[in-house]
Amino acid sequence: MIARRTLLGALSAAALLAGAGFAQAQDKLYIPLISKGFQHQFWQAVKTGADKAGTELGVEVSFEGPDNETQVDRQIDMLAAALAKKPAAIGFAALDSQAAIPLLKQAQENKIPVIAFDSGVDSDIPVATAATDNLAAAALAADKMAELIGGSGKVALVVHDQTSRTGVDRRDGFVNQMREKHPEVEIVDIQYGAGDQLQSTEITKAILTANPDLKGIFGANEGSAIGVVNGVTELGRKDVVIIGYDSGAAQKAAIKSGVMAGAITQNPIGIGYETVKAAVAAAKGEPVEKVIDTGFYWFDKTNIDSPEIAAVLYD
Amino acid sequence: MSDAATAPKPASRGLGAQQKIWAFASLIVLLVFFSIASPNFLQTTNILAVLQATAVNGVLAIAVTMIIITGGIDLSIGTLMTFTAVTAGMILTNWGLPLPLGVLGAIGMGAFCGLISGTLVTRMRIPPFIATLGMMLILKGLSLVVSGTRPIYFNDTPGYTEIAQGSLIGDIFPAVPVPNGVLILFLVALVMAWVLNRTVLGRYCFAMGSNEEAVRLSGVNTTRWKTAIYALGGGICGIAGLLISSRLNSAQPALGLGYELDAIAAVVIGGTSLAGGRGSILGTVIGALIMAVLLNGLRILSVAQEWQTVVTGIIIIAAVYLDMLRRDKSAV
Repeated sequence: MIARRTLLGALSAAALLAGAGFAQAQDKLYIPLISKGFQHQFWQAVKTGADKAGTELGVEVSFEGPDNETQVDRQIDMLAAALAKKPAAIGFAALDSQAAIPLLKQAQENKIPVIAFDSGVDSDIPVATAATDNLAAAALAADKMAELIGGSGKVALVVHDQTSRTGVDRRDGFVNQMREKHPEVEIVDIQYGAGDQLQSTEITKAILTANPDLKGIFGANEGSAIGVVNGVTELGRKDVVIIGYDSGAAQKAAIKSGVMAGAITQNPIGIGYETVKAAVAAAKGEPVEKVIDTGFYWFDKTNIDSPEIAAVLYD
Repeated sequence: MSDAATAPKPASRGLGAQQKIWAFASLIVLLVFFSIASPNFLQTTNILAVLQATAVNGVLAIAVTMIIITGGIDLSIGTLMTFTAVTAGMILTNWGLPLPLGVLGAIGMGAFCGLISGTLVTRMRIPPFIATLGMMLILKGLSLVVSGTRPIYFNDTPGYTEIAQGSLIGDIFPAVPVPNGVLILFLVALVMAWVLNRTVLGRYCFAMGSNEEAVRLSGVNTTRWKTAIYALGGGICGIAGLLISSRLNSAQPALGLGYELDAIAAVVIGGTSLAGGRGSILGTVIGALIMAVLLNGLRILSVAQEWQTVVTGIIIIAAVYLDMLRRDKSAV
């Protein structure tokens, strides 16, 4: 009886796995991308770009990332599994560069080229980095904010976290630009909401309650920006200038309806595309550029539907 | 008194042996399946990677196994692990004290926090779920406060990364460089299996899980013993904190939330009952191995990530269901 159940259990597990599919064509070049996240629409857009490059260049691409950006050890396990598959090259966006060094050295020893993407990898092992210049992008957000509030007044920031490279760079890019170029603008508060919409909503309401004369808020990633929009809307405020970051359906709708003044968009599809392209080139031994700037844009009501912007936005 | 201590032993032993065989068979089935499905699975580096991935979750799962056997739960193990890692970081990096003090500090801090959880549960009679939920949040916050929300790196403590990443076995047998983290997992498992099966603490652990009132009425100071079990669990979380921070060469203050659920899943897959009174350390280690093998195997097979999560969930439910079926039968 027990033996039969064991067999049944094993068979159903096997069927389940086989159903999920494990087609791994050995003749194609295989390039795994280990990202910093997965469910977030931004990462899905990076995945779209990576898949597009995979199809065009005739290589097999896989895309994985931990559930949230604190799970450094989970990401390391993913990297280890990806290396075990003996890939032609690997794309990697490190949550913590130091933690990944032993595995990156292993990749180097096995002559597997590493392409860093998004926030990059703080090491000289990657042969190239495909990323947005977050400092410059956030500085542009600061310029736009100063312009929209008339050059003076109080503003606040809702940032996703204070440990990751993107969180730190976007915060510092915004704050430094304000200090240097717009001394009349006062930054009264910087809060962190883990990129969680609900948490960022509550933070926004608290900031507005504490500073009723606040003129503007910068939300440093998609989740933060949507949280800011929600918080401002819930309090029924119409006079607060909101600047967001990245895109997504909710943020696009907020810009079209005028609740959000505008946002900085990176080019996530371009990040995925360029990473795979560079990985293929590196795997074939062709030269690749050390830094691939994937660009950023300011978008608002006026240009959201222009072909140049629409191409880099995602839902 | 000796009656109360020995009475539940035979029953739990018999069931324990059965469920260990069961979990072990599932593990073997998974290993065979993945080995056939992909040539990249059964390779030394990959198997070592699987073991390495098991170490932290395995140690955490062992920490919570004894607590679950008493009929309790500890939701703070994940963030306690992080807090002990941050403690080690403060001692070694910020204060520049020698390595052994960092190790002792992490384990001692773990035991101290476990002692607080235990006191909340026993003396203050707060239900374990609530008491440790509170501790989970307190410790998550304290980790961020103490570290200043930045990772603490161990670059100034040469040898720290050796705790998890070095390989004493590899120094002797270069062909099998089993990481020290894995060695520590098995050592902790051995010691805790001994404690659970051969000591008074272990026997009271099972007895309290079966019928705490009866144990108390037979003259045992259940408050003290139960508090000790939470403290012991906390100390083991300190070992997990050392392992994860050694592996990452840094104490990551934001990490930890959610790790308690993976550990509890491993305990349950290993056949320990959440109702208390039944369970084993070996089962827990096998449970943790099953989870790591499953995840690694699915990745090696390039199964899409959204499906990996679905499959893991199904396996947890299936494991517990099969366990229930078998228990119904043995009850008849």
